[in-house]
Amino acid sequence: MDETISIVLFSGTDDKLQAAAVLAAGAAALGRPVKIFLQYWALDAFRADRIMTDHGLVPEAGAAGKAAVDAAAKAGQAHWTETLRMAKELGEVDIQACSASMDILKLQQSDLDPLVDGVEGVAAFYINAGEGQIVFI
Amino acid sequence: MNNLDIKVKVDASGLACPLPILKATQAIRTVGPGELIEVVATDPGSVKDFPAWAGSTGHALVESDSANGKYRFVFRHK
Repeated sequence: MDETISIVLFSGTDDKLQAAAVLAAGAAALGRPVKIFLQYWALDAFRADRIMTDHGLVPEAGAAGKAAVDAAAKAGQAHWTETLRMAKELGEVDIQACSASMDILKLQQSDLDPLVDGVEGVAAFYINAGEGQIVFI
Repeated sequence: MNNLDIKVKVDASGLACPLPILKATQAIRTVGPGELIEVVATDPGSVKDFPAWAGSTGHALVESDSANGKYRFVFRHK
């Protein structure tokens, strides 16, 4: 069985990024290799100049959802960037930017946070994913 | 709660998933084969997460108990 977990991150809201970071960190703690592929708005959220800004929540969060998320952050819940950093320290977590999304958003790798390890296309993504599971968020 | 020789103690109280297992992963790397670590967490997910973590990583879950909303686990490094 291929234990690699591949996570395609498309959405760039903080709640989805947080959920993805939890999945990645959990897999890393279990010793599974993790590949993260950043597309569109998730890629945009990894821009070095805005990674720590407020990326909002999905529409279904509503006001009550936002209040709950804000309270969790205030209570000391780790930011998704911190969770990803820990996951990278503890395990094998590789974060790649989708080259097509880089082109659409007019980004260079130097525009991205150092959490991002490189840029690749979809063929490389599939080859690296192997027979492992792929999660789309 | 006996005379186990615990090398490292981790207090993950108040931390949400996945931080308790990340802290445990950090801690187990600081000890050698056969040595023990203790983790205390309040995240209710810990009850199922830590046995799964032990099973997957190969470290042995030696002891677990809970009291007053705190879950305590002792692992032996493989």
